[in-house]
Amino acid sequence: MKNNTLTIIKKEFARFFGDKRMVFTTILMPGLMVYIMYTLMGNIMTNQFTSADNYVASGYVQNMPAELEPVLNELPVEWNDITSDEIDTIQTSLTEKEADLLVIFPENFVAELNSYDVSSGMAAPNVEIYHNSAKPESSDVNVMLTALLESYEASLSNRFDINAGQNDYDTASDQDMTGQLFAMLLPMLLMTFLFSSCISVAPESIAGEKERGTIATLLVTPMKRSSLALGKIISLSCIAMLSGLSSFIGTMLSLPSLMGSTSGLDTSYYTMKDYLLLLGVILSTVLVLVSLISIISAFAKSIKEASSTCSPLTILTIVVSLVPMMGGDMLKNLGMFFLPILNSVLCMNSIFSFQMEVTQVIVTIGMNLVYAGAMTFGLTRIFNSEKAMFSK
Amino acid sequence: MEPILNVTGLKKTFKLSAKQQKIEKTNEKVKTAVNNLSFTAYRGEVFGLLGSNGAGKTTTLRMLATLIKPDEGDAIVDGASIVNHPELVRTKIGFLTSELKLEEFFTPNYLYDFFSELHGVPAKEAAERKQSYFERFGIDKFAEVKVGNLSTGMKQKVSLVVSLVHDPDIIIFDEPTNGLDVLTAKVVTDFLQDLKEKGKTIIVSTHIFSLIEKICDRVGMIINGRMVACDTLEAICAGKTLEERFFEIYEEKVGTIDEK
Ligand SMILES: Nc1ncnc2c1ncn2[C@@H]1O[C@H](COP(=O)(O)OP(=O)(O)OP(=O)(O)O)[C@@H](O)[C@H]1O
Ligand SMILES: [Mg+2]
Repeated sequence: MKNNTLTIIKKEFARFFGDKRMVFTTILMPGLMVYIMYTLMGNIMTNQFTSADNYVASGYVQNMPAELEPVLNELPVEWNDITSDEIDTIQTSLTEKEADLLVIFPENFVAELNSYDVSSGMAAPNVEIYHNSAKPESSDVNVMLTALLESYEASLSNRFDINAGQNDYDTASDQDMTGQLFAMLLPMLLMTFLFSSCISVAPESIAGEKERGTIATLLVTPMKRSSLALGKIISLSCIAMLSGLSSFIGTMLSLPSLMGSTSGLDTSYYTMKDYLLLLGVILSTVLVLVSLISIISAFAKSIKEASSTCSPLTILTIVVSLVPMMGGDMLKNLGMFFLPILNSVLCMNSIFSFQMEVTQVIVTIGMNLVYAGAMTFGLTRIFNSEKAMFSK
Repeated sequence: MEPILNVTGLKKTFKLSAKQQKIEKTNEKVKTAVNNLSFTAYRGEVFGLLGSNGAGKTTTLRMLATLIKPDEGDAIVDGASIVNHPELVRTKIGFLTSELKLEEFFTPNYLYDFFSELHGVPAKEAAERKQSYFERFGIDKFAEVKVGNLSTGMKQKVSLVVSLVHDPDIIIFDEPTNGLDVLTAKVVTDFLQDLKEKGKTIIVSTHIFSLIEKICDRVGMIINGRMVACDTLEAICAGKTLEERFFEIYEEKVGTIDEK
């Protein structure tokens, strides 16, 4: 009776997608909410971290070309000329946030520029600009200077490069606090949104059918109860996954403004692999949450009872999402990734903070699938249980 | 006469929660709803289960429909045991009780097709049967109206046809006319008589004497979960009205009617 599973799935989809209000609150809202919240957070951060208006940055420059001097002097930067042996010292003081900017022009920059032939295929003269993204003032002047030089470069038909070398031009330390903070906040918000999307579909569909007496009508048909359990879990997961996907897209769209505003992180640092693994973690987490909430709903007599039974779980999820903030080496232990919910949180945290290890993600996704499978089997048993289905 | 339904020694007890104990005004933790109940129904007849509120009619029918399992006993429905082959039993019966609700979001048309699919009815057959049912009950005009927006009577009619999508040989109806106005009730009883003429076996439960008198061939009286009398309508009545006989039997079995 495999096709009965399909019949149930079709019915659940017809029920859900036929109801515009449900589609809006479950699928469009989460993405929109994530987007708005993250973007707002980004804006608040930007305002907090922008430098004071009258700040004069301390810039260090090697081989300042006389032609460019008047232009550079328009920036709110006090320029100090240095020689090559001072570069190391300046880089240290950049990291320590004493200096704001280090610019290295090639010797005879202008002469090289004039003799450079774009079509020659040779490397163009390169200007190196070092800054510290953890210091807002440094970031600001870096942006201004880069913009300035880029427009100059464009006017010279791309005859020189900026930061074409292999060096790390951002001298911010790896342990930049702001980045860490986001790596902790994002999983928590994401988990909260995922949980609420699951809670908005599963109790309605399972406890709701019990409450309204429509599940009994299904149970007198010859359909296998496992078809019903499977059909419910699959369709609810799909719907919750769409909702999760919406949160995911919302996150992706708002990341630039969120990360861009804060020094230290830049979405371009995330690779395609990071995104895919994050998506995998999100989807498998949805499966776990949907089957867990479905089981609770199958025992509940009403939607209200199901939701209120789930509310400690909501709190638990939020508390677990905060675990990475407490830190500790214990969290790097692979064993932690066998625990549902915590594994998802840890994975999201490590992906956002660029410390992701593929084994951990694979263990997480694998375990989540195992948990979801076991719970689907459990749901079949509950549908078979007269006590759970018809208790008064 | 060929037996098609054979019920032997059915028993069902419910554990009562503290709340239920209060409602039922009892200190006992267990309620015996159906107690050692046996009867036989024959192919092509209408069998009526008669009993007062709480007698155990619905519980009996729910067991026959395999919604709940008996503690003891069994029933063989057209060769299939409700204990051992509930899935097979479900293919043979059409069950209707007020407990079975339809999702209000969907239209009669959608629900009919959905349940036909669950019963594995071939599409063409389902479409033809749907048309004749819908015409007969005047559902065709409301085929695309959400069930939630239909009147009580129309809802009941839709429930009725949905329970018969697979054209079962045995039809089990719990209080088929409950809550219906006289016109709608007549449509339903006429339909039951038509089904009987087509050779279907019908089991109905009711506390309405006139319904039994009108449509039933044989009747079983249930008091406190026990079958106290079971015979043809003529044999039970023995020249009196069913109502008179019911109270006679009641007093004989329970002592006084006030006891309960
Ligand atoms: N799920 C249940 N839990 C506890 N007690 C129950 C349950 N279902 C039925 N009962 C009890 O079993 C007895 C028989 O109930 P049942 O519904 O079978 O009676 P009935 O003959 O259909 O009555 P009515 O005419 O009121 O429909 C009643 O006392 C009822 O309270
Ligand atoms: Mg009843």
